[in-house]
Amino acid sequence: MKKQILDLRVLSNAKLNHNHNVLELGCDTPLPAMVPGQFAEVRVDGSPSTYLRRPFSIHRVDKGANTMHLLVKSVGDGTRNIASLTKGSLLNVMFPLGNGFTLTQNEEVLLVGGGCGVAPLYFLADQLFRKGNKVSVLIGGRSAGDILLAEAYRSFGNVYISTEDGTLGEKGMVTAHSVLKQSAFPFRMIYCCGPDGMMKAVAHIAEAKGVECEVSLENTMACGIGACLCCVVETHKGNQCVCTEGPVFNSKKLKGWTAETEIGCSLDK
Amino acid sequence: MANLEVNIHKLKLKNPVLTASGTFGYGEEFDDFIDVSSLGGIIVKATTSKHREGNAYPRMAETAMGMLNAVGLQNKGVDYFVEHIYPKLLKYNNCVIANVSDSTVEGYVEVAEKLNKLDHIHAIELNISCPNVKEGGMAFGTSCPSAIAVTRAVREVYDKTLIVKLSPNVTSISEIALAVEGAGADAISLINTLLGMAIDAEKRRPVLSTVTGGLSGPAIKPVALRMVWQVSKVVKIPLIGIGGITTAADAIEFMLAGASAIQVGTANFIDPHATVKIMAGIEDYLNRHGISDVKELTGGLML
Ligand SMILES: Cc1cc2nc3c(=O)[nH]c(=O)nc-3n(C[C@H](O)[C@H](O)[C@H](O)COP(=O)(O)OP(=O)(O)OC[C@H]3O[C@@H](n4cnc5c(N)ncnc54)[C@H](O)[C@@H]3O)c2cc1C
Ligand SMILES: Cc1cc2nc3c(=O)[nH]c(=O)nc-3n(C[C@H](O)[C@H](O)[C@H](O)COP(=O)(O)O)c2cc1C
Ligand code: FES
Repeated sequence: MKKQILDLRVLSNAKLNHNHNVLELGCDTPLPAMVPGQFAEVRVDGSPSTYLRRPFSIHRVDKGANTMHLLVKSVGDGTRNIASLTKGSLLNVMFPLGNGFTLTQNEEVLLVGGGCGVAPLYFLADQLFRKGNKVSVLIGGRSAGDILLAEAYRSFGNVYISTEDGTLGEKGMVTAHSVLKQSAFPFRMIYCCGPDGMMKAVAHIAEAKGVECEVSLENTMACGIGACLCCVVETHKGNQCVCTEGPVFNSKKLKGWTAETEIGCSLDK
Repeated sequence: MANLEVNIHKLKLKNPVLTASGTFGYGEEFDDFIDVSSLGGIIVKATTSKHREGNAYPRMAETAMGMLNAVGLQNKGVDYFVEHIYPKLLKYNNCVIANVSDSTVEGYVEVAEKLNKLDHIHAIELNISCPNVKEGGMAFGTSCPSAIAVTRAVREVYDKTLIVKLSPNVTSISEIALAVEGAGADAISLINTLLGMAIDAEKRRPVLSTVTGGLSGPAIKPVALRMVWQVSKVVKIPLIGIGGITTAADAIEFMLAGASAIQVGTANFIDPHATVKIMAGIEDYLNRHGISDVKELTGGLML
C-alpha cells in the first residue's frame, strides 16, 4: 500500500461529547485502500505550538462515498486545533501508515475499547462483521458520558459496557466485566485498544484463556514512517518501531506483556 | 538553467541537498513520496561496530519549533549493514554516504575499514557528536585531542571522502573545526543536535528516558547558521550546513554563510517532500537572481 499525502476536505465535524469529535474527510481523487488498525499522520497548520504531525487511527472508511473518519480526543493544542476545524477546511494527511489487525473469518471475536481506544475499533468491527465473524464489543469508561458510539456498534453485534462509577452497564473496570469471566470462553480472538494498563490486563486475560490478543499501541511518534526510531516498543526480538511494525501487535510479541505482568488497570493511567 | 552541481572534496553532488543522518532512515522509507535518487545524496542512519538496541522509550519530546530525541544510535551493526542494507542502497544512483559512530576509536576504525570496501558508499560522515550515548559519541567531538585522535585513526584506513560531523555542544566550534581539518578531514558537516532537556511538570518527571537529549528542528537554526559562519572563516575544506533547514530560503542562508551543501533533517518528518521542494526552491532563487551556478552562493554573504 503506497503511502500518500493528501489535502483532505472536512465534510463534517460531529461532537460526540465534551472532548471527542468525529471528522468526516473527503477528497476528489480516490482514497487509498486502508485496513483497520492503520493510522494517519495529520499536519496541524493553525497551532504555532504544534510542530510535528499528530497520529490518529483510521476510525471509519466509507468506500462508496470515498470518505474516511477520524475520531479525535482533545488533549492538547494539536488535537484541540483539529477538533475545531469546520466544514470545508483542508487537512493535510499522510496515510495509510502501519499494519492493521489480523482479520479472522467466521469466528467469534471480542473487541475491547477504553477511552478513545474505540477509534480504530469501529472500522475493525465493520470489517470483521463483513467477514462473517460473530462480533462482540466491550467498551469501558469512567462514567456514562465517556462511553462513545455504543449504539453504532449494535449493527455489528453484541455491545457490553462497563463504567467505573456504575452509571452505565456493569460497575467496575472494563477488565472485570462478566463477559471476560465466562468459564466457557466463546471468543477465539480479542482485539484491544486503550490505555496501556488496560491493554496489558486484557492481554493477560487472553493468555489465561488461551486465545490470541492483538493490541494497538499509541507510542509518541515523530515521523510515522520508520525514519526516526523514536516510537519503539520492547519486543522479544528487540526494539521495534510502533509506526512500521505496529501499531497493532500480538500481545505475545511484547516484552513484559505476558504472564509476569502485574494486572492493574485504570483508565486514568 | 542554473548549474546545481557542487563538489565536496572528491564527491560530485547533483545538487547541494542531502539528508541528515537519523532522519531519513535508509532512504527506502521515503520511496513512496519522492525520487530519492534525485537528491544530491543521502546520508543514512548511524552505523556502529556492534549491534545497538538504543535507549529506552520514551525517546522523543516535542519542543517549541523542534524536538528532542534520545534514540541512542539504534542499529544492527556494520556487518549487518554490509550484508543486508548495503545491497538495498545500490538502487540509488546518487551519492550514498554512511554515518559512522561508535564508543571507541577502534570501533570507528573497524566500521570505516569495512565501509571503505563498498563501492557505492561514496563517503563517510564521522559522527563524533551524538549526545545520546553514555560513553563516547559526543565526547569525541567536544575536546580537540579526542577529535583529532579519532579523525586521524579513521583517516589512516579510509581512502574516500571523509566528512567529520561536529557537535555544537562546545565552547569554540572553530577550534574543533581546525583540529579535525588538521587531522585529515576532507569536509566538515555541522551541526549535530544541541543538548537539551524536557520536563513533564504534571508528573514531575523528565520526558525522555535519558533525561537529556538532542534538540533539532527550526529552533536550532540560528545557532547552526552562526556556527557555519564562524567555521567558514577559519577552515579551507568545504562545509555542509545542518540545523533546522525547512525551506529553500533556509538552505540558501546556510550557503551564504559558507556551506557548499546542506542537509535536511527533522523537516523530513513533517514533510517527506521537503528535500525536493528545497531543491526546486534553490533553482528558482538562482533563476530569479540571475545566478548561473549554485556554487556562487557559498560564502556569498555581503557584509
Ligand atoms: C498510532 C496512534 C494512533 C492514535 N489514534 C488516536 C485516535 O484515533 N484518536 C485520538 O484522539 N488520539 C489518537 N492518538 C493519540 C494522539 O496522537 C495524541 O493524543 C495527540 O498526538 C496529542 O496531541 P496534542 O497536540 O493535542 O497534545 P500534546 O500537547 O502534544 O500533549 C497533550 C497530552 O497528550 C499526551 N500525548 C501526546 N502525544 C501522545 C501520543 N502520541 N499518544 C498518547 N498521548 C500523547 C501528552 O503526553 C500530553 O500529556 C493516537 C496515537 C498514536 C501513536
Ligand atoms: C531522530 C533523530 C536521529 C538522529 N540520528 C543521528 C545519527 O544517527 N547520526 C548523526 O550524525 N546525527 C543524527 N541526528 C542529527 C541530525 O542528523 C542533524 O544533525 C540534526 O537533527 C540537526 O538538523 P535538523 O535540525 O535539520 O534536524 C539525528 C537527529 C534526529 C532528530
Ligand atoms: S515515529 Fe519515526 S520511526 Fe516511528
